[in-house]
Amino acid sequence: MKRVGIDVGGTNTDAILINDGVVEYSVKVATTPNITDGMIGALKLVAERGGDIRGIDAVMVGTTHFINAVVQRKDLKPVGAIRIGSPATTALPPFCDWPRDLADLILGGVWIVEGGHDYDGRRFMPLDLVAVRSAARQIRDAGLRSVAVTAMFSPLDPQDESTVAEILEQEVPDVRVTSSHRLGRIGLLERENAALLNASLADLADDVIGGFRKAISRLGITAPLFITQNDGTIASAQRAIEFPVFSFASGATNSMRGAAHLSNINKAVVADVGGTTTDFGHLRQGFPREANSVVHVGGVRTFFRMPDVVSIGVGGGTLVDPERLTIGPQSVGFRLTEQALIFGGDRLTLTDIAVAAGILDLGDRSRVARIKSSLVKDVLSLVKSRVEDNIDRIKTEAGDVTLIVVGGGGFLIPEQIEGVAHVVRVANGDCANAVGAAVAQVCGEVDQIFQDVSRTDAILEASSIAKQRAVDAGASTKSLVIVDEEAIPVAYLPGNAMRVRVRIVGDIEAVKNLQLSTA
Amino acid sequence: MIELGLEDIEALAVGAWILGTGGGGSPYHALLNLRRLYESGLRIQLISPAELDDDDRVAVVSFQGAPLVLQERLVDSRSCARAVELMQEYLGRTFRAVMGIEVGGGNGMQPLLAAAHLGIPVVDADSMGRAYPEAQMTTFAVGGLSPAPLTSVDPRGNEVVVANVGTWKWMERTSRKICTEFGSIANTCKAPRSGAEVKAWGIRGSTSKAIRLGRAVRQARQHHEDPIEAILRIESGKLLFSGKVVEVDRRTTEGFLRGKATIAAPDASEDKIIIDFQNEWIVAWRGQEPVAMSPDLICVLDSDTGEALGTEIIRYGQRVTIIALPAPPLFLTPRGLEHVGPHAFGYDIPFRSVFVQ
Repeated sequence: MKRVGIDVGGTNTDAILINDGVVEYSVKVATTPNITDGMIGALKLVAERGGDIRGIDAVMVGTTHFINAVVQRKDLKPVGAIRIGSPATTALPPFCDWPRDLADLILGGVWIVEGGHDYDGRRFMPLDLVAVRSAARQIRDAGLRSVAVTAMFSPLDPQDESTVAEILEQEVPDVRVTSSHRLGRIGLLERENAALLNASLADLADDVIGGFRKAISRLGITAPLFITQNDGTIASAQRAIEFPVFSFASGATNSMRGAAHLSNINKAVVADVGGTTTDFGHLRQGFPREANSVVHVGGVRTFFRMPDVVSIGVGGGTLVDPERLTIGPQSVGFRLTEQALIFGGDRLTLTDIAVAAGILDLGDRSRVARIKSSLVKDVLSLVKSRVEDNIDRIKTEAGDVTLIVVGGGGFLIPEQIEGVAHVVRVANGDCANAVGAAVAQVCGEVDQIFQDVSRTDAILEASSIAKQRAVDAGASTKSLVIVDEEAIPVAYLPGNAMRVRVRIVGDIEAVKNLQLSTA
Repeated sequence: MIELGLEDIEALAVGAWILGTGGGGSPYHALLNLRRLYESGLRIQLISPAELDDDDRVAVVSFQGAPLVLQERLVDSRSCARAVELMQEYLGRTFRAVMGIEVGGGNGMQPLLAAAHLGIPVVDADSMGRAYPEAQMTTFAVGGLSPAPLTSVDPRGNEVVVANVGTWKWMERTSRKICTEFGSIANTCKAPRSGAEVKAWGIRGSTSKAIRLGRAVRQARQHHEDPIEAILRIESGKLLFSGKVVEVDRRTTEGFLRGKATIAAPDASEDKIIIDFQNEWIVAWRGQEPVAMSPDLICVLDSDTGEALGTEIIRYGQRVTIIALPAPPLFLTPRGLEHVGPHAFGYDIPFRSVFVQ
């Protein structure tokens, strides 16, 4: 199977063509303000080098565009917020913990109605249908076209959110509804925040993903388009338009997934060494381990499924202060080729140190010949101890780990590291993120509270729901693998309550079928 | 009597989480609620127990139930106040002030939530000095004060008065049942106390202590100083251990979160501390030797930020510092230790304070 993987980053757009898992072509171009042009440029370059881009089965794109829109407060649209949970929850209404500037852009109106469920699935209150219909009409009259709907304990019982979505569709022409249960876990405010962000990105998602579609069709590519997600899986273009927030963190995820694929190692620590930072993450069954806690996006508190990544200011362009013997966090970034000593500049960077040490052959070596060998040694040992410390932080259990090194600055990672059994370096490691996009799979997930059943039965039940969700999302039944299962006891709930999370992934074997359904 | 500013309340949220000693639920929602109340112009006064007349009545409030349910139901200050109003209706008299059952975790904010609506001050005292899992683990129970009556309310207008019970244990059992029916979360007003009882059996200065702790941490962070050192300095705490979480083992039994966390030294010394928890941190061990135990407060903090780490969220790899803070003297008597000493948590070891060498 041939796929094109594209990573649209802030600086570079990488594209690779992969054939049965083997990287055949890889290119790097500058990201353009209109990101579609960069993408077309990258694909054309692959074609010029001989890549048969029309004969591919799928195009998989990772982009940081949506998270940038939130962070930069750009292209966001006003949203109507309907919350189902009165008479509880009203003291903390929607947007109550948002940065004011962002709330001013997005808050189109707030309606809180009676309804929702309890932790054990019992009804909290009957859904107030009269209030819902009245809210829908006010939303229509206010000219709002994007609505976020959040009900109490909807991850356990989504019924009320679904009913409200139906009523909105009857009352508001061309409405776009984001139902919170499709987005997340228990934690009403954080789930609602995710729904509100998602609803505010509705138009941008149409434009950007619509632009991707046009770009590939302009190049004569008929293969379906997929967008990579925070968790290392993919969504059809249609689903990605519905849930742009799920592609917020796809960059870090893709580089870790790419590292797993290129090295053929499923369990390891990954170091992605760029120009400014090194990201450390932990691969478990080929997927990044997720952060277990709150993730702030543009100042908004959420529980997104994001990879647990530790970033440090160590990269190829990182500045070295020889007097104080410190490194970073400042970096010359993409200006390395002008400002580093070896390229004729006057800034001492880690790349210069590596050339002076003889571990890298780049630029004009004579320009670093006068750097004292004691300084070179001290700086490298500083880098080493930072690396060791952060590998130790990201580890999930005691014992030595395998370290996979990807990214352009990988030469900074030494061979001998405390706590690391061996260091693996891979071909095409500098475009691991595009590879990660190309090898993404589909996923089904459950996060639910179980009571009065054994731990084993709860996990079994959760697994069967997750499997069905994966199949519904386009996974082939025989490729399904459980990548994460976790049962956490819940204090103070009766009946030996536990919260079970299960995640299952599978290959998109049915690409051709999906193509028909998403075209 | 002093008026609390929003800065004090922000600091209280940080300090109450530290005094939660691993449990008590996050104060985050309560903080959001209080920020909104302050924005709307409401203000809260703090009075010291000494300012109470002996026959003043003081309401004692807390959340009861699962912090997880609160993640969906959300905190509502009006429900906190409603539990107190119901008690006033039942007793036929009004309260002079309101105080919290436990200063640790989200409950440390609870009296403020109620006070904002009731227009009465918060007493600078509580009955745990931290967070504990059960109703009889209070200085009021140690003092043999009456466990009844209690009011329990939910936001749907379901309201219950527990008029009489035989013992604190019975109060725990009956009120827990009501709470479960309400959806495993309830706002309660516990047995009211007289001014004299608060002065004799309340833990004085708990709220201002939490504010002081929180302020120290926030200031240290602002000035890029060590927040843990700041905590130890202002509260005469003791540094027990610094290291990395290498193992966490959790299970629920009888509705409580139990287990242990192992913290290993960062060097090659193989030195490690194991802390047992029952919702909160209870006993810290080095090998077979207990190094700290309830009622001394065991706090596990993020080594960099000084932020408290709860027993529900602590996980492998975190860099933590374990500190001990002194127990309230009311718990150090033989009666006090019966309620909250190691025996009360099922350990057959004598209490030995880390602060007595």
